[in-house]
Amino acid sequence: MPVTAIREYVGVPRDPAANFHGKQLVYVSWDRHLLFAAPFLICLPPETPFRELVEGPLKALMSPDPDAAAVDWSRVEWLKSNQPWTPDFDASLAANGIGHKDQLRLRTPGPNSLSPAA
Amino acid sequence: MDMKVEKKKLNLKDKYKLLTRDLGWEPSYRSKDEIYPYVKYEGLKVHDWDKWEDPFRLTMDAYWKYQAEKERKFYAIIDAHTQNNGHLNITDARYLTALKIFLQAISPGEYAAHKGFARAGREFAGVGTQVACQMQAIDELRHAQTQIHAMSNYNRYYNGFHAFADARDRIWYTSVARSFFDDSMSAGPFEFMIAIGFSFEYVLTNLLFVPFMSGAAYNGDMATVTFGFSAQSDEARHMTLGLECIKFMLEQDPDNLPIVQAWIDKWFWRGFRVLGLVSTMMDYMLPKRVMSWREAWEIYGVENGGALFRDLARYGIRPPKGWDDAEKAIDHMSHQLMLGLYQWSFGTAFHSWIPSDEDMDWLSAKYPATFDKHYRPRWNHIKKLAAAGTPYKNFGLAKLCQCCQLPIVFTEPDDPTMLCNRETTYKGEKYHFCSDGCQDVFEHEPEKYIQAWLPMPALFQDQQGDIGAWMDWVSLKDGTDNGDYAGSEDQRNFQQWRGLATSNQ
Ligand SMILES: [Fe+2]
Ligand SMILES: [Fe+2]
Ligand SMILES: [Zn+2]
Repeated sequence: MPVTAIREYVGVPRDPAANFHGKQLVYVSWDRHLLFAAPFLICLPPETPFRELVEGPLKALMSPDPDAAAVDWSRVEWLKSNQPWTPDFDASLAANGIGHKDQLRLRTPGPNSLSPAA
Repeated sequence: MDMKVEKKKLNLKDKYKLLTRDLGWEPSYRSKDEIYPYVKYEGLKVHDWDKWEDPFRLTMDAYWKYQAEKERKFYAIIDAHTQNNGHLNITDARYLTALKIFLQAISPGEYAAHKGFARAGREFAGVGTQVACQMQAIDELRHAQTQIHAMSNYNRYYNGFHAFADARDRIWYTSVARSFFDDSMSAGPFEFMIAIGFSFEYVLTNLLFVPFMSGAAYNGDMATVTFGFSAQSDEARHMTLGLECIKFMLEQDPDNLPIVQAWIDKWFWRGFRVLGLVSTMMDYMLPKRVMSWREAWEIYGVENGGALFRDLARYGIRPPKGWDDAEKAIDHMSHQLMLGLYQWSFGTAFHSWIPSDEDMDWLSAKYPATFDKHYRPRWNHIKKLAAAGTPYKNFGLAKLCQCCQLPIVFTEPDDPTMLCNRETTYKGEKYHFCSDGCQDVFEHEPEKYIQAWLPMPALFQDQQGDIGAWMDWVSLKDGTDNGDYAGSEDQRNFQQWRGLATSNQ
C-alpha cells in the first residue's frame, strides 16, 4: 500500500513543474569536488540552451573551487540520473531530455586540489 | 462523585486504581470501534489493554503538585538570571548559535510532541495508556513553554531569537525537525508511539538533550541548565513510557513484530538525520566543548543503544536497519553539514564561523582518520577566500532529501569523496534522497512523502527565487541575524557589555 491509511488515500505532489512559473529545476553537482556541500539547485526555463546553463549559473557557482578555471569542458564526462550521458550544448534543456528535477553530474579528469591525494 | 471527608487517606495502589484505571468504563450504546476508530488500521493486534503497565503509577493530583513545585523553582531561577544579567556569564556569544537552533528547531518539536500525545491519549483504547499519554502531553507543552521562557531573556540582547516561530514554519533547516514531527503526527497512534515515545524519547534523547544541556552547563548558560533540570524527571517518565509501549506491542501478538521492526528501522533513521544538527553543535558551535559527536555516539549510541537492542532481541527485534550506515557516517556528518551551514549562512537565523586553527586541531585530534584528510583542506580554502575579501557564499542553494529534508550533503557510506545520489520516479515525478535509509522510508509510503514541503524548491515557487523577498517572509533580518559571527552585532555587543561588566573601562 502506498500509504497506511484508514481509507483510500491519494497524495498531491508538492513540486510539479507546473508550480515553477514556466521554469524547471535542475540539480547539478561536480563529482568529488566537495567544497560545494550539496548539489546546486538551478531554476530556469526548459527552453534555455544547455550552453547557457553552463556558461551562466554553473560556471559562476563552480568558481570558488580552485580547479574551476582549469576545467576543460570538452573533456567533461556527464551523468544524468546517475547514467553516462552526452549533452548537446546548443540544444535546449528540453531537447537534451533534461526533465524537471533531473540531476546532472559532471566528472573532470583534471586536478582536484581540495581532495585527499589518492 | 461523593467522597466521605473523614475517609482515611488512600494508599498509593488504591489511589492509582481509582484515579486511573477506574476512570474507564464499558461503553453501552456505541461500539468500541466507533469510539476508537484509529487503533486497528495500522495492523497492530491488541488483545488486552489492561496489560499496559505504568511503572510510575502517577495520578493526576500528585502530578499537578509535583509539577507546580518544579515550576516555582524554575521561574525563581529564570528571574534571577534575568535580573543579574546572566547572559553575560556565557563563555562567548558564539554559544548562542546552539541556542538559536534549539529554539527554532527543537522547542517547536516539544510543542508538536504535546499535540501528538494529546491525540494519542484520545485515540488509544486503554485507560492506563490514555492517562500516561495525557500526562506526557502536558509535560511536552510545559517543556515548550519553559524553553521559550528560559531563552526569552537572550532575545532582549541578541539577534536571531526574535522570530523563532516564523523560522520554525518557514526557514529551511528547521524543516528537518518539523518534518520528523509532522511525519509522526500524521501516522497512526501506534506508529506515533514508536516514533516519539520509543525512537525519540528512548533511543535518541540522550544524544539530543544531554549534549545540549551539558553544552549549556559548560558554557555558563544557567537559564538552559535550569530548564534541563526541570525536565529531567519528566524525561525519565517518558523513556519508561516509550519502552513500556514497545514491549506492550510486542507482547500482545507475535504478528506485531514485523510492523514494529519496520517502524524502528524508519524512526531510527529519521531520528539519526535530525541528530545531524546536534553533531554540528557538539563539534563546531560550543566555544567550550563537552565531548565530540563521535564520543557521544560511542557512549549513547553504541553502548546504551547496543544494550537496549540486545535486551529487545528476546522479542525478535534486531538493531535498526540503518545502524551500520549510521556508524560509517559518524566521523563525517558534522563536518559535511557544518560546511553547508557555513556556506548557506546568508539564509540562517544564526551565525556560523570558520573554525580557528585551535578548533581545527581539536577536530583533528577527535577525528584523526577523517578531519585532516577530508575537511581541513576545505576549511583552509574557505579561510583563504574570506581573507581575500571574497567569503564563500553558496547561492547554488541545495538539493534536499525528499524524506529527511536535509540538504544532500552526505557521502556514500563507503566512499567519503562521493556524494550520495539516490533518486526514484513515482507517478512521473522525480524524487531525491540523501541515503538508502531515506529512500526506503519514501518507497514504503510514497503517497505521504510526495506531499513534503521542501523549503528550497518552495523558494522558487513562492518567491520566484528572490532571496530578499524570502528573507522578509521568514522574518530574517539580513546583515543582523545571519552570516558570519566575525563582525556581527552579536559579537560586538557581547564584547562591549562583557567589557563593561568585568572592567572599569
Ligand atoms: Fe520534552
Ligand atoms: Fe519528552
Ligand atoms: Zn534524507
